[in-house]
Amino acid sequence: MPRRIEWVYGWLLLTPALFLLFAFTHVPAVKTVVDSFFSTARGARPSTFVGLDNYRLLMEDPVFWQVFSNNVWYALITIPVSIALAIVMALWVDGKLTGRGFVRMAYFAPTVLPLIAVANIWMFFYTPGFGLIDQIRSLFGGAQVNWLGDPDLVLGAVIVVAIWKEAGFFMIFYLAALQSIPPSLREAAAIEGASRWTFFRRVTFPLLMPTTLFVSINAVINSVRLVDHIFVMTEGGPDNHSSLLLFYIYETAFKFWDTAYAATLTVVVLAILSVLAIGQFYLVDKKVHYR
Amino acid sequence: MSALDASNGAAAAAPPARFDVDRALNTAGAWALGILWFLPLIYAVWTAIHPGEFATRFELFAPLTVENFVNAWTAAPFARYFLNTVLLVTFILAGQFVLCTLAAYAFARFRFPGSSVLFTLVLLQLLVMPDILIVENYATMRMLGLVDTIVAIGLPYVASGFGIFLLRQTFMTVPKELEEAARVEGAGPIGVLWKVYVPLAKPTYLAYGLVSVSHHWNNFLWPLIITNSVETRPVTVGLSIFSAVDQGIDWSIITAATLMTSGPLLIAFLLFQRQFVQSFMRAGIK
Repeated sequence: MPRRIEWVYGWLLLTPALFLLFAFTHVPAVKTVVDSFFSTARGARPSTFVGLDNYRLLMEDPVFWQVFSNNVWYALITIPVSIALAIVMALWVDGKLTGRGFVRMAYFAPTVLPLIAVANIWMFFYTPGFGLIDQIRSLFGGAQVNWLGDPDLVLGAVIVVAIWKEAGFFMIFYLAALQSIPPSLREAAAIEGASRWTFFRRVTFPLLMPTTLFVSINAVINSVRLVDHIFVMTEGGPDNHSSLLLFYIYETAFKFWDTAYAATLTVVVLAILSVLAIGQFYLVDKKVHYR
Repeated sequence: MSALDASNGAAAAAPPARFDVDRALNTAGAWALGILWFLPLIYAVWTAIHPGEFATRFELFAPLTVENFVNAWTAAPFARYFLNTVLLVTFILAGQFVLCTLAAYAFARFRFPGSSVLFTLVLLQLLVMPDILIVENYATMRMLGLVDTIVAIGLPYVASGFGIFLLRQTFMTVPKELEEAARVEGAGPIGVLWKVYVPLAKPTYLAYGLVSVSHHWNNFLWPLIITNSVETRPVTVGLSIFSAVDQGIDWSIITAATLMTSGPLLIAFLLFQRQFVQSFMRAGIK
C-alpha cells in the first residue's frame, strides 16, 4: 500500500474512537485543571479567574484533610491485605484441593456482583443488635456495637467490604500467573530439598512480580474508584469519617453545586494517581529486573 | 509399565500411610475462607426466601416464600430498570466492539505519523478514567442536551482505552501471511479486518465482552449522576433509591431486590463460571 494511503487509513480508522476519547477523557481532564483556577458561577455572578484561591481553600478545608486521610488509610489497608489474600487464594485454588470449583467460585463471586447491591447485604451484617456480626458476638457475651455509627469503627467496616470485593478479582490474575510457572521449577526445588515457604519466597513470589505490579496499579486506582458502598452504607458519615475523595467530589459537585471546588479536588486526585502509578512502575519495575 | 507401577505402589505403601497434615490444613483454610467469602450471599438468599420474621432467626425448617421477590418487584419499576440496564449494556458493548476494533486495527497494522503518541494517549485513559471526571462530563452532557438519557450513561465508556489495548495486542499476534493471502484474493483493508482479524480474535471479544458487560451492569456513580427518571435509570441506581428512600421497607424485601438486580449476572456467572474466570484472566494478561 502506498505510504500516503496507509496514513489516511490509519487516521480514518482511529477518528471515531479518538474523537470520543478526547471528548470524554482528555479534554475534560484539561478543563478540570483550567476550571480549578476559576470560581463557580452562581446565579447572576459569572465565573471569574481566581488564581490559586480554590487551592488555598482546599488547604484550609478540614473536611478535605479528613477525607484525604480516610482515603490514605483506606488505600494503605485495602491494597496490601487484598493482594496478600489474593496470593493465598490463588495458591490454594491452584493446588490440589477438595472441592476446588466451589472454593474458586466463592472467592470470585463478589467480583461479578454490583457493589451497590452487596453493600445492602453488608449493611445488614453491621446492624447493631440484629445484624449477623452482633448476633455472633452476643453468643460470646459481646455487647452490641454500632459499627457504622461509630467514627472510630466505620472506616474499618467500609474497608472490610472493599477487601471482600477485590481480593477474588486480583486472585484471577495471580492464578493466571501461577499457571504459567513451569512445573520443572517445583521439581528442581523439591530435589534440592527446598521447603514450601522457601520455594514461595525465592521462586514463586519473584516470578509473580510483574503480576503484582499490574495488580497493585489496579488496586491503587480502585482505592479511589470504589466508593459505591459508601452511598448505601454511610453516606460518608458519621461526620465524614467514612467519606472518600471521589465521594467528596460527588458531594461537592452534585449536592453543594460548587463545581470549581469539585474540579480542584479532581485535580488533586488525578495528580495523586499519576504520581503513584508512575512511582509504582519505576519502583516495582526495578525489582522485576533485579531478580 | 504396570509392573513398574506395582513396585512403586509397594514402595510407597511400605511406610504406614501418613495423614498429610499440611494438605489437610490447607484444605481447611481454603474452605474456611471460601465459606466466609460466600457468607454474605448465603445470608442474602436465606433472608430473601423466608418470611420477614426469620431474617434474624435461623431455624432450619423456617417456611419458604417467594413473597419477598413479588413485593420487591411490584414496589418499584424494576422491569423498566432492567430494560434500561440491558439497553445500556448493549449500547456500550456494540459501540466498544466497533470503535475499539477499528482503532486497534489502525494501531496494530498501519504505520502513520503520530501513532505512538496517540497510543500513549489511549493508554492514559486506564489511569485518567471517565469515572473520576464526573464534573466535567456532566457539564458536557448538559451542553449536548443529553442529561437523563441512556446514551449519556454509555457514551463516555464507548471509546475504551482498555478495549483498544487488548484488541491491538491480539491483532499483533495474527500472522501477516494470512493477511497477504486475503489481499491476493482482492480484499481491501476493511475486508481483511472483517475476514481475517475479527474471526481470529473471537476469544478476545468474548473475554472483553464479559468483562465489559459485568462492569457496566454494576456501574453506579455515573448513572446516578446523569439520570433522574425511571425511564433511564439502570438497576443499580434503581436499587439504591428503592433501599434508601423507604426506610420502612423490611430487610427481606431489600435483600430480595438486591438478589434480583444481581440475579442475571450471578446466574450467568454460575453457568459460565469457567469462561468468566478465563475471560478475566485473559483480559489481565499483557
